[in-house]
Amino acid sequence: MTNDLLNAIAALVPAGSRVLDLGCGDGALLAHLQQHKGCTGYGVELDDANVHACVARGVQVLQLNLDQGLLSLFEDQSFDVVLQIDTLQHLRNAEVMLRETARVGKTGIVAFPNFAHWPNRLSILRGRMPVTKRLPYQWYDTPNIRVGTFADFEVLAHKNGLRVLDGFGLQDGQRVDTWPNLMAGTAVFRFAGSV
Amino acid sequence: MSFIATPRTMHFAQPLPLQSGAQVRDYTLAYETYGTLNADKSNAVLICHALNASHHVAGVYEGQPKSEGWWDNMIGPGKPVDTNRFFVIGVNNLGSCFGSTGPMHTHPDTGQVYGADFPVVTVEDWVNAQARLLDALGIEQLAAVMGGSLGGMQALSWTLQHPARVRHAVVVASAPNLTAENIAFNEVARRAIVTDPDFHGGHFYAHGVIPKRGLRIARMVGHITYLSDDVMNEKFGRELREAVADSVTGYRYSTQDIEFQIESYLRHQGDKFSEYFDANTYLLITRALDYFDPARAHGGDLAQALAGARSQFLVVSFTTDWRFSPARSREIVQALVKNQHAVSYAEIDAPHGHDAFLLDDARYLNVVRSYFDHIDTGARP
Repeated sequence: MTNDLLNAIAALVPAGSRVLDLGCGDGALLAHLQQHKGCTGYGVELDDANVHACVARGVQVLQLNLDQGLLSLFEDQSFDVVLQIDTLQHLRNAEVMLRETARVGKTGIVAFPNFAHWPNRLSILRGRMPVTKRLPYQWYDTPNIRVGTFADFEVLAHKNGLRVLDGFGLQDGQRVDTWPNLMAGTAVFRFAGSV
Repeated sequence: MSFIATPRTMHFAQPLPLQSGAQVRDYTLAYETYGTLNADKSNAVLICHALNASHHVAGVYEGQPKSEGWWDNMIGPGKPVDTNRFFVIGVNNLGSCFGSTGPMHTHPDTGQVYGADFPVVTVEDWVNAQARLLDALGIEQLAAVMGGSLGGMQALSWTLQHPARVRHAVVVASAPNLTAENIAFNEVARRAIVTDPDFHGGHFYAHGVIPKRGLRIARMVGHITYLSDDVMNEKFGRELREAVADSVTGYRYSTQDIEFQIESYLRHQGDKFSEYFDANTYLLITRALDYFDPARAHGGDLAQALAGARSQFLVVSFTTDWRFSPARSREIVQALVKNQHAVSYAEIDAPHGHDAFLLDDARYLNVVRSYFDHIDTGARP
């Protein structure tokens, strides 16, 4: 995770929150939230090396496969914030996970690469899949099994009855509120389940 | 070669009241310690053993270079549980047959060997006995308690029975209770022992015999459940012990001779086991496994049972362990999470089944090492 993304997400998490970070990677974000914002909670991660990295930095991590629906382990509304930072694009059951995020968390925060960012569009116009700093993989070796856009997420959130509390783009560490679907490499949404 | 370990014993004159209502009067616990207890006695780690292990957790005995403790890959100087930092205690449980008071010892009331009269002991009883050993060693609070399988049950129970005395619990390849299938395996083993004509109702010592047939079969059944199908196939497959030269198939077409390598292996394991393990101990320890169920007193609600725990947890399971499957460890994790207790959980993708908790797997050992690196050796207020 880049520092820009980490800082932008951390800014959205209220101090003292109980946090569940789905796909927490090496635990850098959770460690940051613990140290600088007094947050508590757990990371969920599948990869062995990442799980070890979390334990090594003192972040509580649960090695679970999100694609096996193991979020049932967590109670309704048991976390203030559930994070899915660059996780959605790796999940087979992304839609279920989104609903689960809203079930388990009072708010959810999702961030993912926005495929409609203009350099990507340009690349597609040229007839080639984009390879950028944000999407650094070739089409044949990308771990991202889903590509979606800022606008796509708004539709999916609506379909699942989620209330989008905030949605914006993120580009070069800056919040993008004007035409985020075109102008930002990363889409960020803060949302809650329907009441 | 590992470091030199020295077995010790501690005698307890005060009776230990048991969960069953019975008591053990006048008993001895065998134990070993490694490393140095620090000035404020806050760096102690208790290791709890499983079915057929003992207080000899790590190191070797003087003049016996091959006598490594059962968790020697885990515990020692520079090992994941580093005895340069921690004072590690291994203790043999009551009713076992490796030095602590057990069925082969003399009942102080009757002057006869206990045999089948040794009282039923539970995980909770063991924990209380261990706590008394800590009292005697002047240790008020453990930096960590750790165990695998049945040892993990003891570690879990420690956090419930003596919450203020445990800062961390490391629960490996364990479960919050046994499933019916698991109890069933134990029952097969027990029936094998009890129906051996040499068992004599548990008083075989007086007859100068040992129910070795029963012990062998008990061990064979147990051993199968500690391995995975894949590992067994990889190790033995359908390999014959000795193919018959003048047979097209190599088979000897016998119902009673050893034909396949796996048979030979299991018989060997059974033979070995029956030479050193006590039959009554086997019954007692498998029963302790069956009875363990901390949620039972809480209407089956494990989360409620774990509500009072104050320690931080590391839970570890192994994907191919079908005797203590990852799903059982996840039940523990779920109950801890529900209570907002501190917990990390590693599910190690290892091929070796239940036995994986004793084996070298870098991912497993590294997670444990890093977890212990974060354990403070200062006391919790």
